[in-house]
Amino acid sequence: MSGALKSLFKQPMAARLAARSPRALAAAAARRNSSVAGESITVREALNQAIDEEMERDESVWLLGEEVAQYNGAYKVSKGLLDKYGPKRVVDTPITEMGFAGIAVGAAFHGTKPICEFMTFNFAMQAIDQIINSGAKTHYMSGGFAKCPIVFRGPNGAAAGVAAQHSQDYASWYGQIPGLKVVSPYDAEDAKGLMKAAIRDPNPVVVLENELMYGVSFPLTSELANKDFVLPFGKAKVAREGSDITIATYSRPVAFALQAAELLAKEGISAEVINLRSIRPLDLETIVKSVKKTNHLITVEQGFPKFGMGSEISAQIMESEAFDYLDAPVCRVTGADVPMPYAQNLEALALPDAEVIYRQAKRVLNVE
Amino acid sequence: MFPGALNSEYSHELQFVSSVHPIPTYQVMDTDGRVLDTANEPQVTKEEACTIYRNMLTLNAMDQVLYEAQRQGRISFYMTSFGEEALIGSAAALDAKDVVFGQYREAGVLLQRGFTLPQFMNQCFSNEKDLGKGRQMPIHYGSKALHFQTISSPLATQIPQAAGAAYALRREGSKQCAICYFGEGAASEGDFHAGLNMAATLGCPVIFYCRNNGYAISTPSIEQYRGDGIASRGLGYGIDTIRVDGNDIWAIYAATRAARKIAVEQNKPVLIEAMTYRISHHSTSDDSSAYRSKKEVEDWNKRDNPVSRMRAWLEHRGWWAPGDDAEISKSAKADVLAAFAAAEKLKKPATHHLFEDVYDELPPNLEREKAEIDELLKKYPDYYQVNDFARK
Repeated sequence: MSGALKSLFKQPMAARLAARSPRALAAAAARRNSSVAGESITVREALNQAIDEEMERDESVWLLGEEVAQYNGAYKVSKGLLDKYGPKRVVDTPITEMGFAGIAVGAAFHGTKPICEFMTFNFAMQAIDQIINSGAKTHYMSGGFAKCPIVFRGPNGAAAGVAAQHSQDYASWYGQIPGLKVVSPYDAEDAKGLMKAAIRDPNPVVVLENELMYGVSFPLTSELANKDFVLPFGKAKVAREGSDITIATYSRPVAFALQAAELLAKEGISAEVINLRSIRPLDLETIVKSVKKTNHLITVEQGFPKFGMGSEISAQIMESEAFDYLDAPVCRVTGADVPMPYAQNLEALALPDAEVIYRQAKRVLNVE
Repeated sequence: MFPGALNSEYSHELQFVSSVHPIPTYQVMDTDGRVLDTANEPQVTKEEACTIYRNMLTLNAMDQVLYEAQRQGRISFYMTSFGEEALIGSAAALDAKDVVFGQYREAGVLLQRGFTLPQFMNQCFSNEKDLGKGRQMPIHYGSKALHFQTISSPLATQIPQAAGAAYALRREGSKQCAICYFGEGAASEGDFHAGLNMAATLGCPVIFYCRNNGYAISTPSIEQYRGDGIASRGLGYGIDTIRVDGNDIWAIYAATRAARKIAVEQNKPVLIEAMTYRISHHSTSDDSSAYRSKKEVEDWNKRDNPVSRMRAWLEHRGWWAPGDDAEISKSAKADVLAAFAAAEKLKKPATHHLFEDVYDELPPNLEREKAEIDELLKKYPDYYQVNDFARK
């Protein structure tokens, strides 16, 4: 790790931040892929369109949360929706996550399809009983009669300079719960397809977005523009094909993995990057298929190292046929085992970036 | 004036406000079943009144048998409603399609709605006919047909949920309301505050019904709060509030009917605080003699018994003869015992119920595990006591 630390301090902070920006990658993607008349779409716009289209399609879909209506959304994800659908379907709530999550769950039990926005999933901890004990488990506990077609959504994971109580990654917490479905989009395609699928799904779905991805643009394909474009849950995407090592990750770290793949490519190492998209159900099959090809696996997440996504993937890989194909143990790249500090330099040290992934890949491959 | 308190006026007297006059308790009958103000005489038919009374006796009979059954180890857990039978009046005042969110001591509401003795028993025994498919502890009833949301253990979570369901009802334009029952102890939870505040701001047609029975397990109400009960809080949220004698079935009936009218016609919440006394232990896991004297309980039971008051009222009306009680109690007990015996004999739910309803459809991992279990059951039927389970 010391090599990685040294390289962190070689460049000025601004240059480092720019280097790990997903914008650079998105721009490259835009140049590569075909798009609708050269148009692009941000993740924020994709989410907005998804919610708008589903609200138009189904009267029972409605949105509630803090600042979602009048303010157009704390992160502007619900921009324009109050004007279009009115205050009965786009509802500003008082500051009570436990309150409005409870209201949403009750309304879902009674035949509507609420989209319950948490300003960040950190605040959703104040509603965790409503989400898990009521939202996730009631269909089962009621013998199948009380359905809960709800979507819980909002930004998850680290942002920039918001410290310990605004930076936690909840993928493994929600991923553990039978009764919930959990997805985490990376790009605009993921955002639109997964959100639309989540709203249409009759089960309770948690959508873990990422604040720093909201403003990032991706090519607007004709497929994406289709009003019935949905992505299936439980299906990962191979974001970049490769043959030497598999990097499995989700959300913003997909960008870092793709960057790391570029760095590795310069040294003749071919990395395959898997964008998981779906936390629960998890697409183990795609990871297994990849590992059988590459024989090496790194998982990447920004969350805390213990009891996390990498731990789960590692265990499942060991239990699968992929175990016999591994030439090295699965390596977990995660955030540091500390509450997120605030100072910029400390925060950078607490989170993995492309450099860290690149160095770990080489270590796993036993390459200097 | 300031946006946060538009109707407040300036004062030049430094004075702290604190409650001096407790909210009065609305009462229709005295403890001898006599209506104190003839204007409050309930407008009900003999049949309606007798049905309500019979349900009170049936509730008592069911509670006695099932409490005993738990003591004998035949069911694992139970909660009785002794002392709170007048709650049935609130169910009688509602429309059959109004949505009910209970806490755990509202079996009387289900009974009044038409939940059958076999249905109660099947849930407590968690057998193959349990509507809940063997997923929940005893007394966690639910019924889609009767619009009774499945009981959920964490306290007070039903409060904002009831407001949400009411919001959905309002959007439907159905003219139904939701009713939400909870105890004075549960009202200390954050969900109470959040739920009432949101119901008021959102305009939800929901009746919040607090059963203030004096105890939250061992915590007496004087230790649960410092204010004037739960009713005083309603005012803080801008909610129309009434406190009623919770052992007076006609006071409950009248208040619930009036509350329903407000909720449905004005699309706003109403708070009813029903004052009563928990004759029961909290549950079969509790022996309340550890924190209150048996004498206190006996005195309450003698002095102010909801069942006695209703019976006295019926007798004054000439709708009930003193001898009728023994006969009804006897037949209720017989019905309960018959349902009990039948439920106890039924098999446990089929094993596939372990895996279903986690989601709307069985996910692949559970399909695999279900197939594995099926193989094991086929291979080792005696070890897994396969005959105790239903096949389908």
